[in-house]
Amino acid sequence: MKARVHVMLKNGVLDPQGEAVRHALGTLGFEGVNSVRQGKVIELELDETNRETAEAQVTKMCEDLLANTVIESYNVELLS
Amino acid sequence: MKAAVLVFPGSNCDRDLAVAFENAGFQVEMVWHKDTNLPTGVDVVGVPGGFSYGDYLRCGAIAAQSPIIAGLKSHVEAGGYAIGICNGFQVLTETGLLPGALIRNAGLKFICKPVDMTVEETSSAFNAGYSIGQKITFPVAHHDGNYIAQDDVLDRLEGEGRVAYRYVDDVNGSARRIAGILSENHRVLGLMPHPERSADEKLGGTDGAPLFQSLAKIGVAA
Repeated sequence: MKARVHVMLKNGVLDPQGEAVRHALGTLGFEGVNSVRQGKVIELELDETNRETAEAQVTKMCEDLLANTVIESYNVELLS
Repeated sequence: MKAAVLVFPGSNCDRDLAVAFENAGFQVEMVWHKDTNLPTGVDVVGVPGGFSYGDYLRCGAIAAQSPIIAGLKSHVEAGGYAIGICNGFQVLTETGLLPGALIRNAGLKFICKPVDMTVEETSSAFNAGYSIGQKITFPVAHHDGNYIAQDDVLDRLEGEGRVAYRYVDDVNGSARRIAGILSENHRVLGLMPHPERSADEKLGGTDGAPLFQSLAKIGVAA
């Protein structure tokens, strides 16, 4: 089973990298970009074939390592 | 007095930290991250600066899962002292031994320069050699030193005298200009600036020396 994890800075946590990208887009002439938030995508290939078990596994991975829940939120997506 | 300095792949301030401990009278042992136990009789654990695991995933995140962290946690739970500098501070927040997190500098740039700070508390063993409000200068060298925590956490840190140092000027966007914080029992210190790079006249300053010297007195005082 494949899983995809999205990790984003929580709302309200300043994202200086996203801000820099927003500025750069403005410099390139892309108008009307009000906000840019940058995050991470992590793809995992798992032995597990049961969706529920896989989701529980990956959620635990997010809590323990993949995300720092002090500043980041995450979202687990099962792909197959 | 005995200090242990943890060494991760990518640590690069470990030997500087060992020298600073030694000059203050500590016997120092370097401890590899794959060890699960600290040497016996360690009074202080130093988590050094550097780029452990290449800063992969998040600064300090992988190091925080190293086998030796179990040893560090039991040392701290038993009331032992620990100091995390720069990447070491990031490791301590990632382990949950200190609250909050360190994110990308507000100006996005890697900052490498001496910075002025004020000493905000002197009751801990780390700061007994300073006076409240004393201005000290340590070098910083970091890309992710922007300290962040929820407002209630920041209020608690302030209220419990756990803000150890504050930048005089806004250096990296840190909440309330916080440069270093203490644990609840005031025995774990995390800070982004480098006292070990400011503990010898030959390195251009000695403002960091009192930190190691007063830490060396913990056994004597107890």
